[in-house]
Amino acid sequence: MTFDALLHQVLAGLATGGIYASLALALVMIYQATHLVNFAQGELAMFATYMAWDLINRGMPYWAAFFITIVLAFVLGVLIERIIVRPVENAPVLAVVVVFIALLVILNSVTGWIYTYTIKTFPSPFPSEIGVGVYMSPHEVGAIGVTLIVLTLLYAFFRFTPLGLAMRAAAQNPDSARLVGIRVGWMLALGWGLAAAIGSVAGMMVAPIVYLDPNMMGGILLYAFAAALVGGVDNPAGAVFGGFLVGVLENVLGAFVIGNELKLAVALVIIIGVLVVKPSGFFGKVHVTRV
Amino acid sequence: MALLSARDLHAQYGLTRVLHGISFSMEKGTITTLLGANGAGKTTTLRALCGMVRTQGEISFDGQRIDGRATEDIVRLGIAHVPDGRGTFVNLSTEENLRLGAYVRKDRENVEADLERVFGYFPRLKERRAQQAGTLSGGEQQMLAVSRALMLRPKLMLLDEPSFGLAPLIVRELFGILRSVNEKEHVSMLVVEQNAAMALDLADHAYLIETGRVVLSGTADEIKNNDSVRRSYLGY
Repeated sequence: MTFDALLHQVLAGLATGGIYASLALALVMIYQATHLVNFAQGELAMFATYMAWDLINRGMPYWAAFFITIVLAFVLGVLIERIIVRPVENAPVLAVVVVFIALLVILNSVTGWIYTYTIKTFPSPFPSEIGVGVYMSPHEVGAIGVTLIVLTLLYAFFRFTPLGLAMRAAAQNPDSARLVGIRVGWMLALGWGLAAAIGSVAGMMVAPIVYLDPNMMGGILLYAFAAALVGGVDNPAGAVFGGFLVGVLENVLGAFVIGNELKLAVALVIIIGVLVVKPSGFFGKVHVTRV
Repeated sequence: MALLSARDLHAQYGLTRVLHGISFSMEKGTITTLLGANGAGKTTTLRALCGMVRTQGEISFDGQRIDGRATEDIVRLGIAHVPDGRGTFVNLSTEENLRLGAYVRKDRENVEADLERVFGYFPRLKERRAQQAGTLSGGEQQMLAVSRALMLRPKLMLLDEPSFGLAPLIVRELFGILRSVNEKEHVSMLVVEQNAAMALDLADHAYLIETGRVVLSGTADEIKNNDSVRRSYLGY
Protein backbone atom coordinates (compact mmCIF):
# COMPACT_ATOMS: atom_id res chain seq x y z
CA MET A 1 0.00 0.00 0.00
CA THR A 2 1.61 3.21 -1.13
CA PHE A 3 0.86 6.57 0.37
CA ASP A 4 -0.55 7.74 -2.97
CA ALA A 5 -3.03 4.89 -3.11
CA LEU A 6 -4.10 5.53 0.47
CA LEU A 7 -4.58 9.23 -0.22
CA HIS A 8 -6.62 8.39 -3.27
CA GLN A 9 -8.93 6.12 -1.28
CA VAL A 10 -9.31 8.65 1.53
CA LEU A 11 -10.31 11.39 -0.90
CA ALA A 12 -12.72 9.15 -2.76
CA GLY A 13 -14.13 8.21 0.63
CA LEU A 14 -14.70 11.85 1.44
CA ALA A 15 -16.72 12.22 -1.78
CA THR A 16 -19.08 9.33 -1.01
CA GLY A 17 -18.90 10.27 2.67
CA GLY A 18 -20.46 13.61 1.84
CA ILE A 19 -23.38 11.79 0.27
CA TYR A 20 -23.78 9.58 3.35
CA ALA A 21 -23.53 12.70 5.48
CA SER A 22 -26.39 14.37 3.61
CA LEU A 23 -28.65 11.35 3.93
CA ALA A 24 -27.66 10.85 7.57
CA LEU A 25 -28.55 14.47 8.20
CA ALA A 26 -31.98 13.89 6.64
CA LEU A 27 -32.48 10.92 8.99
CA VAL A 28 -31.37 12.91 12.02
CA MET A 29 -33.68 15.81 11.19
CA ILE A 30 -36.73 13.56 11.22
CA TYR A 31 -35.43 11.67 14.25
CA GLN A 32 -34.97 14.84 16.28
CA ALA A 33 -38.53 15.94 15.64
CA THR A 34 -40.31 12.61 15.99
CA HIS A 35 -37.85 10.16 17.59
CA LEU A 36 -38.47 7.88 14.66
CA VAL A 37 -36.11 6.65 11.98
CA ASN A 38 -37.56 7.15 8.53
CA PHE A 39 -36.69 3.92 6.74
CA ALA A 40 -38.10 5.33 3.50
CA GLN A 41 -35.58 8.22 3.41
CA GLY A 42 -33.38 6.41 0.88
CA GLU A 43 -36.24 5.44 -1.41
CA LEU A 44 -37.52 9.02 -1.35
CA ALA A 45 -34.10 10.12 -2.58
CA MET A 46 -34.09 7.39 -5.21
CA PHE A 47 -37.54 8.39 -6.47
CA ALA A 48 -36.45 12.05 -6.66
CA THR A 49 -33.36 11.02 -8.64
CA TYR A 50 -35.60 9.25 -11.15
CA MET A 51 -37.64 12.45 -11.50
CA ALA A 52 -34.40 14.30 -12.28
CA TRP A 53 -33.45 11.63 -14.82
CA ASP A 54 -36.88 11.98 -16.43
CA LEU A 55 -36.56 15.77 -16.68
CA ILE A 56 -33.05 15.56 -18.15
CA ASN A 57 -34.24 12.91 -20.61
CA ARG A 58 -36.96 15.26 -21.78
CA GLY A 59 -34.26 17.69 -22.80
CA MET A 60 -34.02 19.91 -19.75
CA PRO A 61 -30.53 21.29 -18.94
CA TYR A 62 -28.90 19.53 -15.99
CA TRP A 63 -28.93 22.36 -13.46
CA ALA A 64 -32.53 23.30 -14.24
CA ALA A 65 -33.55 19.69 -13.65
CA PHE A 66 -31.41 19.65 -10.49
CA PHE A 67 -33.19 22.58 -8.88
CA ILE A 68 -36.68 21.57 -10.03
CA THR A 69 -36.07 18.11 -8.57
CA ILE A 70 -35.12 19.64 -5.22
CA VAL A 71 -38.38 21.59 -5.20
CA LEU A 72 -40.43 18.56 -6.26
CA ALA A 73 -38.76 16.41 -3.58
CA PHE A 74 -39.55 19.07 -0.98
CA VAL A 75 -43.22 19.11 -2.00
CA LEU A 76 -43.33 15.30 -2.03
CA GLY A 77 -41.86 15.21 1.48
CA VAL A 78 -44.41 17.70 2.78
CA LEU A 79 -47.29 15.80 1.15
CA ILE A 80 -46.15 12.47 2.56
CA GLU A 81 -46.01 13.95 6.06
CA ARG A 82 -49.43 15.58 5.75
CA ILE A 83 -51.23 12.67 4.11
CA ILE A 84 -49.51 9.50 5.30
CA VAL A 85 -47.53 10.21 8.47
CA ARG A 86 -49.84 12.69 10.20
CA PRO A 87 -52.74 10.25 10.69
CA VAL A 88 -50.45 7.85 12.58
CA GLU A 89 -48.84 10.62 14.65
CA ASN A 90 -50.10 9.21 17.93
CA ALA A 91 -50.00 5.57 16.94
CA PRO A 92 -47.64 3.12 18.70
CA VAL A 93 -44.04 3.20 17.45
CA LEU A 94 -44.32 -0.17 15.71
CA ALA A 95 -47.31 0.99 13.69
CA VAL A 96 -45.36 4.00 12.47
CA VAL A 97 -42.37 1.82 11.61
CA VAL A 98 -44.67 -0.37 9.53
CA VAL A 99 -45.93 2.73 7.72
CA PHE A 100 -42.34 3.78 6.95
CA ILE A 101 -41.45 0.33 5.67
CA ALA A 102 -44.61 0.26 3.57
CA LEU A 103 -43.59 3.62 2.15
CA LEU A 104 -40.17 2.16 1.30
CA VAL A 105 -41.69 -0.81 -0.53
CA ILE A 106 -44.30 1.30 -2.30
CA LEU A 107 -41.82 3.91 -3.54
CA ASN A 108 -39.47 1.15 -4.65
CA SER A 109 -42.07 -0.78 -6.64
CA VAL A 110 -43.83 2.26 -8.06
CA THR A 111 -40.47 3.43 -9.40
CA GLY A 112 -39.80 0.00 -10.86
CA TRP A 113 -43.25 -0.04 -12.40
CA ILE A 114 -42.89 3.41 -13.99
CA TYR A 115 -39.24 3.30 -15.02
CA THR A 116 -38.53 -0.48 -15.10
CA TYR A 117 -35.75 -2.16 -13.11
CA THR A 118 -33.20 -1.79 -15.92
CA ILE A 119 -30.07 -0.04 -14.70
CA LYS A 120 -29.65 3.42 -16.23
CA THR A 121 -26.76 5.82 -16.37
CA PHE A 122 -27.20 9.18 -14.70
CA PRO A 123 -25.22 12.17 -15.95
CA SER A 124 -22.77 14.13 -13.85
CA PRO A 125 -22.83 17.90 -14.28
CA PHE A 126 -19.07 18.02 -13.87
CA PRO A 127 -16.59 17.53 -16.76
CA SER A 128 -15.68 13.90 -17.35
CA GLU A 129 -12.06 14.33 -18.44
CA ILE A 130 -9.51 14.18 -15.68
CA GLY A 131 -8.04 17.60 -15.14
CA VAL A 132 -8.59 18.58 -11.56
CA GLY A 133 -5.93 16.38 -10.11
CA VAL A 134 -4.76 12.82 -10.18
CA TYR A 135 -6.32 11.87 -6.86
CA MET A 136 -9.98 12.67 -7.45
CA SER A 137 -12.31 12.60 -10.41
CA PRO A 138 -14.05 15.86 -11.26
CA HIS A 139 -17.36 14.36 -10.18
CA GLU A 140 -15.95 13.52 -6.75
CA VAL A 141 -14.66 17.05 -6.32
CA GLY A 142 -18.00 18.43 -7.52
CA ALA A 143 -20.00 16.16 -5.22
CA ILE A 144 -17.98 17.29 -2.21
CA GLY A 145 -18.53 20.90 -3.26
CA VAL A 146 -22.29 20.43 -3.64
CA THR A 147 -22.49 18.62 -0.30
CA LEU A 148 -20.60 21.38 1.48
CA ILE A 149 -22.86 24.03 -0.06
CA VAL A 150 -26.00 22.14 1.05
CA LEU A 151 -24.63 21.70 4.57
CA THR A 152 -23.66 25.37 4.83
CA LEU A 153 -27.06 26.56 3.61
CA LEU A 154 -28.83 24.27 6.08
CA TYR A 155 -26.65 25.41 8.94
CA ALA A 156 -27.36 29.06 8.10
CA PHE A 157 -31.08 28.36 7.80
CA PHE A 158 -31.37 26.69 11.19
CA ARG A 159 -28.97 29.02 12.94
CA PHE A 160 -29.92 32.44 11.62
CA THR A 161 -33.54 32.52 10.39
CA PRO A 162 -36.67 32.83 12.58
CA LEU A 163 -38.25 29.89 10.73
CA GLY A 164 -35.18 27.72 11.34
CA LEU A 165 -35.28 28.64 15.03
CA ALA A 166 -39.00 27.82 15.16
CA MET A 167 -38.33 24.40 13.61
CA ARG A 168 -35.67 23.64 16.20
CA ALA A 169 -37.99 24.78 18.97
CA ALA A 170 -40.86 22.65 17.67
CA ALA A 171 -38.62 19.58 17.51
CA GLN A 172 -37.31 20.07 21.05
CA ASN A 173 -40.38 21.07 22.97
CA PRO A 174 -43.66 20.93 21.03
CA ASP A 175 -45.83 22.10 23.96
CA SER A 176 -43.76 25.20 24.63
CA ALA A 177 -43.50 25.85 20.90
CA ARG A 178 -47.30 25.98 20.65
CA LEU A 179 -47.38 28.40 23.57
CA VAL A 180 -45.27 30.90 21.63
CA GLY A 181 -47.52 30.43 18.60
CA ILE A 182 -45.48 28.03 16.45
CA ARG A 183 -47.63 25.77 14.27
CA VAL A 184 -45.88 22.56 15.26
CA GLY A 185 -47.65 20.33 12.73
CA TRP A 186 -46.45 22.46 9.84
CA MET A 187 -42.92 22.55 11.23
CA LEU A 188 -42.90 18.74 11.08
CA ALA A 189 -44.13 18.82 7.50
CA LEU A 190 -41.44 21.38 6.63
CA GLY A 191 -38.88 19.08 8.24
CA TRP A 192 -40.02 16.22 6.05
CA GLY A 193 -39.83 18.48 3.01
CA LEU A 194 -36.30 19.62 3.85
CA ALA A 195 -35.16 16.06 4.57
CA ALA A 196 -36.56 14.89 1.23
CA ALA A 197 -34.88 17.81 -0.55
CA ILE A 198 -31.49 17.02 1.02
CA GLY A 199 -32.00 13.37 0.13
CA SER A 200 -32.69 14.28 -3.48
CA VAL A 201 -29.36 16.10 -3.71
CA ALA A 202 -27.62 13.06 -2.23
CA GLY A 203 -29.40 10.84 -4.77
CA MET A 204 -28.39 12.99 -7.74
CA MET A 205 -24.79 13.13 -6.54
CA VAL A 206 -24.46 9.40 -5.96
CA ALA A 207 -26.35 8.21 -9.06
CA PRO A 208 -23.45 8.85 -11.50
CA ILE A 209 -21.29 6.61 -9.27
CA VAL A 210 -23.65 3.73 -8.45
CA TYR A 211 -25.92 4.07 -11.53
CA LEU A 212 -29.65 4.54 -11.42
CA ASP A 213 -31.86 1.65 -10.39
CA PRO A 214 -34.71 1.32 -7.89
CA ASN A 215 -32.48 -0.46 -5.39
CA MET A 216 -29.60 1.98 -5.59
CA MET A 217 -30.23 3.50 -2.15
CA GLY A 218 -30.41 0.27 -0.14
CA GLY A 219 -26.70 0.14 0.63
CA ILE A 220 -26.37 3.89 0.90
CA LEU A 221 -29.15 4.13 3.47
CA LEU A 222 -27.28 1.53 5.51
CA TYR A 223 -24.12 3.67 5.43
CA ALA A 224 -26.23 6.69 6.37
CA PHE A 225 -27.66 4.79 9.38
CA ALA A 226 -24.12 3.91 10.40
CA ALA A 227 -23.08 7.56 9.99
CA ALA A 228 -26.00 8.85 12.03
CA LEU A 229 -25.28 6.34 14.80
CA VAL A 230 -21.55 7.10 14.91
CA GLY A 231 -22.24 10.79 15.29
CA GLY A 232 -25.06 10.36 17.77
CA VAL A 233 -28.49 10.01 16.29
CA ASP A 234 -29.75 13.25 17.79
CA ASN A 235 -26.81 15.42 16.70
CA PRO A 236 -26.82 16.94 13.17
CA ALA A 237 -23.16 17.96 13.24
CA GLY A 238 -22.28 14.49 14.50
CA ALA A 239 -24.20 12.91 11.63
CA VAL A 240 -22.20 14.93 9.11
CA PHE A 241 -18.93 13.96 10.77
CA GLY A 242 -20.13 10.34 10.89
CA GLY A 243 -20.95 10.45 7.17
CA PHE A 244 -17.45 11.50 6.18
CA LEU A 245 -15.87 9.04 8.62
CA VAL A 246 -17.95 6.11 7.35
CA GLY A 247 -17.18 7.08 3.74
CA VAL A 248 -13.43 7.08 4.36
CA LEU A 249 -13.47 3.89 6.46
CA GLU A 250 -15.55 2.07 3.88
CA ASN A 251 -13.18 3.02 1.06
CA VAL A 252 -9.92 2.42 2.86
CA LEU A 253 -10.99 -0.88 4.44
CA GLY A 254 -12.59 -1.98 1.16
CA ALA A 255 -9.48 -1.24 -0.86
CA PHE A 256 -6.77 -2.55 1.46
CA VAL A 257 -8.22 -4.83 4.12
CA ILE A 258 -11.38 -6.71 3.35
CA GLY A 259 -11.95 -6.15 -0.35
CA ASN A 260 -14.81 -4.56 -2.20
CA GLU A 261 -17.24 -7.44 -1.79
CA LEU A 262 -17.41 -6.99 1.97
CA LYS A 263 -17.67 -3.20 1.99
CA LEU A 264 -21.29 -3.20 3.07
CA ALA A 265 -20.32 -5.33 6.05
CA VAL A 266 -18.32 -2.34 7.29
CA ALA A 267 -21.58 -0.44 7.71
CA LEU A 268 -23.18 -3.32 9.59
CA VAL A 269 -20.16 -3.78 11.84
CA ILE A 270 -20.18 -0.05 12.62
CA ILE A 271 -23.90 -0.11 13.41
CA ILE A 272 -23.63 -3.07 15.74
CA GLY A 273 -20.36 -1.85 17.22
CA VAL A 274 -21.76 1.57 18.09
CA LEU A 275 -24.95 0.13 19.53
CA VAL A 276 -23.01 -2.26 21.74
CA VAL A 277 -20.13 -0.03 22.82
CA LYS A 278 -21.50 3.52 22.81
CA PRO A 279 -25.19 3.75 21.88
CA SER A 280 -25.18 7.55 22.11
CA GLY A 281 -22.46 7.86 19.45
CA PHE A 282 -19.48 10.20 19.61
CA PHE A 283 -21.47 13.39 20.07
CA GLY A 284 -24.94 12.25 21.09
CA LYS A 285 -26.54 12.96 24.43
CA VAL A 286 -26.74 10.15 26.91
CA HIS A 287 -30.34 9.77 27.94
CA VAL A 288 -30.94 8.79 31.49
CA THR A 289 -34.45 7.95 32.57
CA ARG A 290 -35.61 7.50 36.12
CA VAL A 291 -37.85 4.52 36.58
CA MET B 1 -66.57 44.77 29.78
CA ALA B 2 -64.35 42.13 31.23
CA LEU B 3 -61.05 41.38 29.49
CA LEU B 4 -61.36 37.69 30.17
CA SER B 5 -64.33 35.70 31.31
CA ALA B 6 -64.96 32.01 31.71
CA ARG B 7 -68.42 30.59 32.20
CA ASP B 8 -69.23 27.13 33.42
CA LEU B 9 -65.93 25.51 32.38
CA HIS B 10 -65.82 21.73 32.50
CA ALA B 11 -62.74 19.67 31.71
CA GLN B 12 -61.60 16.11 32.18
CA TYR B 13 -58.51 13.98 31.65
CA GLY B 14 -59.80 10.65 30.42
CA LEU B 15 -62.48 9.67 32.93
CA THR B 16 -61.27 11.96 35.67
CA ARG B 17 -63.24 15.18 35.79
CA VAL B 18 -61.12 18.09 36.93
CA LEU B 19 -63.21 21.21 36.39
CA HIS B 20 -66.83 21.18 37.47
CA GLY B 21 -68.20 24.40 36.06
CA ILE B 22 -65.71 27.11 36.93
CA SER B 23 -66.80 30.69 36.28
CA PHE B 24 -64.75 33.84 36.78
CA SER B 25 -63.86 37.07 35.07
CA MET B 26 -61.18 39.70 35.24
CA GLU B 27 -60.93 43.35 34.23
CA LYS B 28 -58.36 44.88 31.91
CA GLY B 29 -55.16 46.01 33.60
CA THR B 30 -55.71 44.05 36.80
CA ILE B 31 -53.92 41.17 38.43
CA THR B 32 -56.20 38.35 39.40
CA THR B 33 -55.17 35.26 41.25
CA LEU B 34 -56.64 31.78 41.42
CA LEU B 35 -55.86 30.16 44.76
CA GLY B 36 -56.36 26.62 45.79
CA ALA B 37 -54.71 23.46 47.08
CA ASN B 38 -52.91 20.89 44.98
CA GLY B 39 -55.30 19.24 42.54
CA ALA B 40 -57.98 21.91 42.84
CA GLY B 41 -57.88 22.50 39.08
CA LYS B 42 -55.82 25.70 38.86
CA THR B 43 -53.34 24.52 36.26
CA THR B 44 -56.11 22.89 34.26
CA THR B 45 -58.02 26.16 34.24
CA LEU B 46 -55.03 27.96 32.73
CA ARG B 47 -54.51 25.17 30.22
CA ALA B 48 -58.19 25.39 29.29
CA LEU B 49 -57.91 29.13 28.69
CA CYS B 50 -55.22 28.67 26.07
CA GLY B 51 -56.69 25.66 24.37
CA MET B 52 -54.35 23.00 25.74
CA VAL B 53 -57.14 20.83 27.14
CA ARG B 54 -60.55 20.10 25.71
CA THR B 55 -63.27 21.92 27.61
CA GLN B 56 -66.95 22.57 27.61
CA GLY B 57 -68.14 26.04 28.55
CA GLU B 58 -67.60 29.55 27.30
CA ILE B 59 -64.37 31.53 27.32
CA SER B 60 -64.30 35.10 26.06
CA PHE B 61 -61.25 37.28 25.64
CA ASP B 62 -61.30 40.91 24.57
CA GLY B 63 -64.83 40.61 23.22
CA GLN B 64 -64.51 37.35 21.30
CA ARG B 65 -65.10 33.68 22.05
CA ILE B 66 -61.86 31.72 22.23
CA ASP B 67 -63.02 28.34 23.51
CA GLY B 68 -62.30 25.56 21.05
CA ARG B 69 -59.57 27.53 19.28
CA ALA B 70 -56.06 26.19 18.76
CA THR B 71 -53.34 27.28 21.20
CA GLU B 72 -51.32 28.82 18.34
CA ASP B 73 -54.25 31.09 17.42
CA ILE B 74 -54.97 32.12 21.00
CA VAL B 75 -51.34 33.24 21.37
CA ARG B 76 -51.84 35.50 18.36
CA LEU B 77 -54.64 37.33 20.21
CA GLY B 78 -52.11 38.42 22.83
CA ILE B 79 -52.31 35.80 25.57
CA ALA B 80 -48.92 34.64 26.83
CA HIS B 81 -48.77 31.57 29.04
CA VAL B 82 -45.93 30.99 31.49
CA PRO B 83 -46.52 27.28 31.94
CA ASP B 84 -45.91 25.19 34.98
CA GLY B 85 -42.45 23.66 34.68
CA ARG B 86 -41.41 26.88 32.89
CA GLY B 87 -41.37 25.38 29.39
CA THR B 88 -37.74 26.30 28.74
CA PHE B 89 -36.23 25.30 25.39
CA VAL B 90 -33.29 23.76 27.20
CA ASN B 91 -31.01 23.23 24.20
CA LEU B 92 -31.40 26.76 22.86
CA SER B 93 -29.61 29.83 24.12
CA THR B 94 -31.24 32.34 26.44
CA GLU B 95 -31.50 34.83 23.60
CA GLU B 96 -33.05 32.28 21.24
CA ASN B 97 -35.64 31.46 23.91
CA LEU B 98 -36.51 35.13 24.12
CA ARG B 99 -36.70 35.58 20.35
CA LEU B 100 -39.13 32.67 20.18
CA GLY B 101 -41.40 34.62 22.50
CA ALA B 102 -41.73 37.22 19.75
CA TYR B 103 -42.28 34.59 17.04
CA VAL B 104 -45.82 35.65 16.10
CA ARG B 105 -45.16 39.38 16.17
CA LYS B 106 -45.41 41.25 12.90
CA ASP B 107 -43.34 44.26 14.05
CA ARG B 108 -39.95 42.57 13.79
CA GLU B 109 -38.15 45.91 13.92
CA ASN B 110 -39.20 46.40 17.55
CA VAL B 111 -37.98 43.02 18.76
CA GLU B 112 -34.41 44.21 19.38
CA ALA B 113 -35.68 47.04 21.54
CA ASP B 114 -37.88 44.60 23.46
CA LEU B 115 -34.91 42.35 24.13
CA GLU B 116 -33.27 45.31 25.86
CA ARG B 117 -36.56 46.04 27.63
CA VAL B 118 -36.73 42.59 29.26
CA PHE B 119 -32.99 42.69 29.99
CA GLY B 120 -33.80 45.88 31.87
CA TYR B 121 -36.17 43.95 34.11
CA PHE B 122 -33.87 40.93 34.42
CA PRO B 123 -30.24 42.05 34.02
CA ARG B 124 -29.04 38.56 34.93
CA LEU B 125 -30.52 37.20 31.70
CA LYS B 126 -28.41 39.63 29.72
CA GLU B 127 -25.27 38.19 31.30
CA ARG B 128 -26.52 34.72 30.35
CA ARG B 129 -27.59 35.78 26.87
CA ALA B 130 -25.52 33.25 24.89
CA GLN B 131 -25.69 30.50 27.50
CA GLN B 132 -27.66 27.32 26.88
CA ALA B 133 -30.98 27.86 28.68
CA GLY B 134 -30.99 24.39 30.26
CA THR B 135 -27.92 25.36 32.29
CA LEU B 136 -29.64 28.32 33.96
CA SER B 137 -30.68 28.04 37.60
CA GLY B 138 -34.33 27.49 38.49
CA GLY B 139 -34.84 31.14 39.35
CA GLU B 140 -33.19 32.27 36.13
CA GLN B 141 -35.35 29.88 34.11
CA GLN B 142 -38.47 31.30 35.74
CA MET B 143 -37.27 34.79 34.85
CA LEU B 144 -36.63 33.55 31.33
CA ALA B 145 -40.16 32.12 31.12
CA VAL B 146 -41.66 35.42 32.25
CA SER B 147 -39.40 37.33 29.85
CA ARG B 148 -40.31 35.03 26.95
CA ALA B 149 -43.96 35.80 27.63
CA LEU B 150 -43.21 39.54 27.77
CA MET B 151 -41.56 39.35 24.33
CA LEU B 152 -45.03 38.77 22.89
CA ARG B 153 -46.09 42.20 24.20
CA PRO B 154 -49.13 40.41 25.58
CA LYS B 155 -52.42 41.89 26.68
CA LEU B 156 -52.79 39.10 29.20
CA MET B 157 -50.24 36.91 30.92
CA LEU B 158 -51.20 33.58 32.45
CA LEU B 159 -48.69 32.62 35.15
CA ASP B 160 -48.73 29.09 36.52
CA GLU B 161 -47.09 28.93 39.96
CA PRO B 162 -44.34 31.46 39.29
CA SER B 163 -43.03 30.95 42.82
CA PHE B 164 -42.66 27.19 42.50
CA GLY B 165 -39.31 25.88 43.66
CA LEU B 166 -37.74 29.30 44.13
CA ALA B 167 -35.98 30.74 47.15
CA PRO B 168 -38.14 33.28 49.05
CA LEU B 169 -35.81 36.12 48.15
CA ILE B 170 -36.09 35.35 44.43
CA VAL B 171 -39.86 35.04 44.70
CA ARG B 172 -40.05 38.50 46.22
CA GLU B 173 -37.85 39.94 43.47
CA LEU B 174 -39.91 38.24 40.75
CA PHE B 175 -43.25 39.37 42.17
CA GLY B 176 -41.93 42.91 42.47
CA ILE B 177 -41.04 42.88 38.79
CA LEU B 178 -44.46 41.45 37.87
CA ARG B 179 -46.08 44.28 39.80
CA SER B 180 -44.02 46.91 37.98
CA VAL B 181 -44.70 45.32 34.56
CA ASN B 182 -48.40 45.49 35.39
CA GLU B 183 -48.16 49.11 36.45
CA LYS B 184 -45.88 50.38 33.69
CA GLU B 185 -47.10 48.35 30.72
CA HIS B 186 -50.68 47.69 31.81
CA VAL B 187 -50.31 43.98 31.13
CA SER B 188 -53.17 42.11 32.78
CA MET B 189 -52.18 38.99 34.69
CA LEU B 190 -53.92 35.86 35.83
CA VAL B 191 -51.74 34.18 38.44
CA VAL B 192 -52.23 30.69 39.76
CA GLU B 193 -50.54 30.14 43.12
CA GLN B 194 -50.21 27.82 46.05
CA ASN B 195 -48.31 30.49 47.89
CA ALA B 196 -51.48 32.36 48.84
CA ALA B 197 -49.84 35.06 50.96
CA MET B 198 -47.52 36.18 48.13
CA ALA B 199 -50.28 35.99 45.55
CA LEU B 200 -52.74 38.03 47.62
CA ASP B 201 -50.13 40.74 48.13
CA LEU B 202 -49.64 40.95 44.37
CA ALA B 203 -53.22 40.64 43.17
CA ASP B 204 -56.18 42.98 42.99
CA HIS B 205 -58.78 40.21 42.88
CA ALA B 206 -58.80 36.61 43.95
CA TYR B 207 -60.81 33.47 43.40
CA LEU B 208 -60.58 30.48 45.66
CA ILE B 209 -60.95 27.14 43.88
CA GLU B 210 -61.74 23.85 45.56
CA THR B 211 -62.15 20.59 43.62
CA GLY B 212 -62.90 22.25 40.31
CA ARG B 213 -65.31 24.94 41.53
CA VAL B 214 -65.04 28.55 42.62
CA VAL B 215 -65.98 28.66 46.30
CA LEU B 216 -65.10 32.24 47.13
CA SER B 217 -64.27 35.43 45.27
CA GLY B 218 -63.58 39.05 46.05
CA THR B 219 -60.90 41.70 46.21
CA ALA B 220 -57.55 40.51 47.46
CA ASP B 221 -58.09 42.34 50.77
CA GLU B 222 -61.48 40.74 51.35
CA ILE B 223 -60.06 37.30 50.72
CA LYS B 224 -57.06 37.98 52.93
CA ASN B 225 -59.37 38.86 55.81
CA ASN B 226 -61.71 35.95 55.34
CA ASP B 227 -61.42 33.73 58.40
CA SER B 228 -61.51 30.36 56.70
CA VAL B 229 -59.02 31.41 54.03
CA ARG B 230 -56.74 32.71 56.74
CA ARG B 231 -56.85 29.43 58.62
CA SER B 232 -56.58 27.09 55.62
CA TYR B 233 -54.32 28.94 53.20
CA LEU B 234 -52.45 31.64 55.07
CA GLY B 235 -51.85 29.65 58.22
CA TYR B 236 -52.40 32.22 60.98
